[in-house]
Amino acid sequence: MKRRTLLASAAFAATLGTAALAQDTTKACFVYVGPIGDGGWTYQHHQGALAVKEAYGDKVEIAWQESVPEGADAERVLTQMALSGCDIIFTTSFGYMDATNSVAAKFPNIKFEHSTGYKREHPNVSTYNARFYEGRAVVGHIAGKMTQTNKIGYIASFPIPEVIMGINSYYHHAKKVNPDVELVVTWAYTWFDPAKEADAARAMLDQGVDVITAHTDSTAPLAEIAKQDGKAWGFGQASDMATFMTNDDGTPGPRVASIIDEWSPYYVKRVGALMDGTYEQVDSWAGMPEGEVVIGEMNDAIPADVKAEAQAMIDAITAGEYHPFTGPINKADGSPWLAEGETASDGDLLGMGFYIEGITAEIPN
Amino acid sequence: MDFGAINPILLVASLMVSATPILLAAIGEMVVEKSGVLNLGVEGMMITGAVVGFVVALNSGSPMLGFAAAALAAAVLSLSFGILTQYLLSNQVATGLGLTLVGLGLSALIGKPYEGMKAPSLQDLHIPLLGDIPVIGPMFFQHDIMVYVSLALVAAVWATLKYTRFGLILRAVGESHDAAHALGYKVVRIRMMAIFFGGACSGLGGAYLSLVRVPQWTEGMTAGAGWIALAIVVFASWRAGRIVVGAYLFGGITVLQLNLQAAGAQVPVALLSASPYLITIIVLVTISARGMHGAPASLGRPFHASH
Amino acid sequence: MIHLVKRPQPSRFWTAVTPILAVLLTMVVGGFMFAALGKPPLEAIRTIFWDPLFHEQFAAYSRPQLLIKAGPLILIAIGLSIGFRAGIWNIGAEGQYIMGAIAGAGVGLAFYPMESFIIFPLMVIAGALGGWAWGMIPAVLKTKFGTNEILVSLMLVYVAESVLASVSSGLLKNPDGMGFPGSRNLQQYDSAANLEIIPNTGMHWGVVAAFVAVIFAYVLLTRHIRGFHIQLAGQAPRAARFAGVRPARIILFCLGLSGALAGMAGLFEVAGPSGQITIDFNSGYGFTAIIVAFLGRLHPVGILLAGLLMALTYIGGELAQLMLGLPGASIQLFQGMLLFFLLATDVFTNYRIRFGQGEAA
Repeated sequence: MKRRTLLASAAFAATLGTAALAQDTTKACFVYVGPIGDGGWTYQHHQGALAVKEAYGDKVEIAWQESVPEGADAERVLTQMALSGCDIIFTTSFGYMDATNSVAAKFPNIKFEHSTGYKREHPNVSTYNARFYEGRAVVGHIAGKMTQTNKIGYIASFPIPEVIMGINSYYHHAKKVNPDVELVVTWAYTWFDPAKEADAARAMLDQGVDVITAHTDSTAPLAEIAKQDGKAWGFGQASDMATFMTNDDGTPGPRVASIIDEWSPYYVKRVGALMDGTYEQVDSWAGMPEGEVVIGEMNDAIPADVKAEAQAMIDAITAGEYHPFTGPINKADGSPWLAEGETASDGDLLGMGFYIEGITAEIPN
Repeated sequence: MDFGAINPILLVASLMVSATPILLAAIGEMVVEKSGVLNLGVEGMMITGAVVGFVVALNSGSPMLGFAAAALAAAVLSLSFGILTQYLLSNQVATGLGLTLVGLGLSALIGKPYEGMKAPSLQDLHIPLLGDIPVIGPMFFQHDIMVYVSLALVAAVWATLKYTRFGLILRAVGESHDAAHALGYKVVRIRMMAIFFGGACSGLGGAYLSLVRVPQWTEGMTAGAGWIALAIVVFASWRAGRIVVGAYLFGGITVLQLNLQAAGAQVPVALLSASPYLITIIVLVTISARGMHGAPASLGRPFHASH
Repeated sequence: MIHLVKRPQPSRFWTAVTPILAVLLTMVVGGFMFAALGKPPLEAIRTIFWDPLFHEQFAAYSRPQLLIKAGPLILIAIGLSIGFRAGIWNIGAEGQYIMGAIAGAGVGLAFYPMESFIIFPLMVIAGALGGWAWGMIPAVLKTKFGTNEILVSLMLVYVAESVLASVSSGLLKNPDGMGFPGSRNLQQYDSAANLEIIPNTGMHWGVVAAFVAVIFAYVLLTRHIRGFHIQLAGQAPRAARFAGVRPARIILFCLGLSGALAGMAGLFEVAGPSGQITIDFNSGYGFTAIIVAFLGRLHPVGILLAGLLMALTYIGGELAQLMLGLPGASIQLFQGMLLFFLLATDVFTNYRIRFGQGEAA
């Protein structure tokens, strides 16, 4: 009986889906997990949505919904979007994965794009992500060069491959330029809790850490670092966080650079492809070459030579000449991972569940 | 676990700052509950304080003015709860939850234009003499003014409840509103004053987050701090002194586990984050098992003069 | 001076009129708010209250969704309302909901990938037991030590949230989930899935359970001696004691029942619309249900209607965001206002408004 239910509802929904498609303008819709005002993850996705409108003007219409909980509510919101005539729907959080696929099954004529997931169960579902580890490599290099205490920090959110990848990339590049560097990781178990993020930053500063990058969304760690009066540094995360680039007295602020999630090129490209009929299902994992991972302006706290080196690394990654995970790299337990000159496969990275050699902590389970 | 790598001076200094928002909100809520009213809307009042404090500080350039405005705005918001529960006799639990909804929604709308901006923050004081004492100085006497205001507020509440006539009346109203009414006290008026005070304190707590702790405005930035304040009141079994212990314990456990992590220790994060609540339940059970009903006897019960 | 005189009986007239009055007031004030935000007020209000029910494009889908959204709210609120009538304040339904979901999903996942008709009923029982057990903690503490159940049940919500965070990245984590926290999706496991019983009606087992609970509560409160005892315990505790009502039994019964219903709601949600246990699987149903219980005036039929009204503002609010670009926060504020107006106008039901000098006060 349950199987019949599934088929029947799919047929029902398919008839509805086709009715919504006959329109002149293309409608692109976005589902956000947080409020647009989070200043980080959701904010950047919304900037991408606005870029689509900017690029195509009257030919597109955009609609969005913020703070959509993952789970049952997401499925309903997606269906309502499909019914409202959206031609392409971007679902911008990992937790929307199953909802995206199940709604996509009912609306075969509507394109679904799921961010940071891996399931493409239907031909109308694409997935996209960005190679944030490329950004972590650059800031890792800067961190390794700038630290005076040889202790660098990483405020981690949850122990998932995406975050572990970032930690490894950050540490690997700091270690390359500073063999004495030591990494401190704290797990906040949240993506967004400004007070807790500030506490995490402070705990690390108290331990003598003087360069911190965060995998959480708020600016609170930077504000905490600012209280060190120029003796510690941090990076913008997800958005540029430019307010912390310069202090009120004009001296360089605590935010020395930033890793910006730039979804605009991807969104503009995909909506454009849909409009001119070249749209195809993809599994996109783009980075600096495509302009999806951007290093925000480096401020003058970074010495000129370090700036130049960082820029050279950005250029090399952008040109496709350098992969941040190039061997020799061993795993934390000492076993070999990448041989001399070998680069990490995407599969290895996407399922990453280990630290690289030199990181003494263990990944919590 | 490895405590050796943690500097106790810095730990104490850091937990004093991180506990201040919940301390402020909790001392206010305690006064409200002492008067026999349960206001579950602390989260909504805190975040209203956070946004109003931020906006006013940004526009006026004065953080102190921001704090004052935050206290006033949250107190005025809490009056809506007061009017509903005291004059229109609505259920306190439901009204408190409604207040949270209203506060979260309203603050987000007010704060939209101010996202991503930087407000003037408070300077840390360096209290002469006391601040220079080794160990003790950096632990206790080098914080911003609001840390001391929060502690002074606790002391004032303690003294008022214990030694003044007004404190006595307030407690009487919370223990038995019918008896207090029979004695000729204006139950509703006293409760409205308590609610107003509770709102003002929550507002200060919220503003401390947006002006000192974080300092920036982002939607939903209180992230549950108001609910923790409610737990602290229970933990403290409605005693002002223990509010400080409770706030520093709740704040301290977060700070401690992050410090332990930063020091390289493996920490059972889930267990630690649940532990303050478990301790609170144990405290509750202990005081009730001893036959003392920690909670004010009229807590949450509606009062209507013509019973 | 205005003052209030308690009615001997709640007014039937005002019981019926106040919800309508409150909705109208919310529409007026909400309309001003939407206008202040630069959105068309009438259209916004129509989108929230009318479109989910009658819009040609959406209604066929939205109407069943009302049941899906209202189902858990009603199921939990019914359990809570029985306790509230007895003066037992369980405000920790959110925690009981979480524990029910964890227990039920845990049983289902333990059988994976075996297929059998027995699995789903077992999950329902486990869900109810999980919620019941979590509700019994404040109940036992109250009967043994006189500990305040409001506070214990609230504290247990946070403990349950920590347990949820722990199991979703540990015990119940999907082994094929690429290391992400979160369990397997029960919707994709036939024997454990709580799918619609009749396609496109929104009727899944949780909605059925909610309707059954409404009828059960109605019978209990109007036809059964225990229901009478419960109400007596709430209205006149001393009289109840003289009538031979044992308070401990009432406490255990009410907290156990509301816990079990909340736990079942959690299970139906995790096995159905939501699909999986994740770190933030709970979306506040346990707290919203308190609101629903009061909106429904603690009456089973009232709760049924209040649950549907609440669901309408959620779904209509989503449509208003999508179609008119209203910020999510404005919908939250709108719901808060609706609640405030309902609570405020409720005074007419139980009290007469008198002008001039009062004789009693």
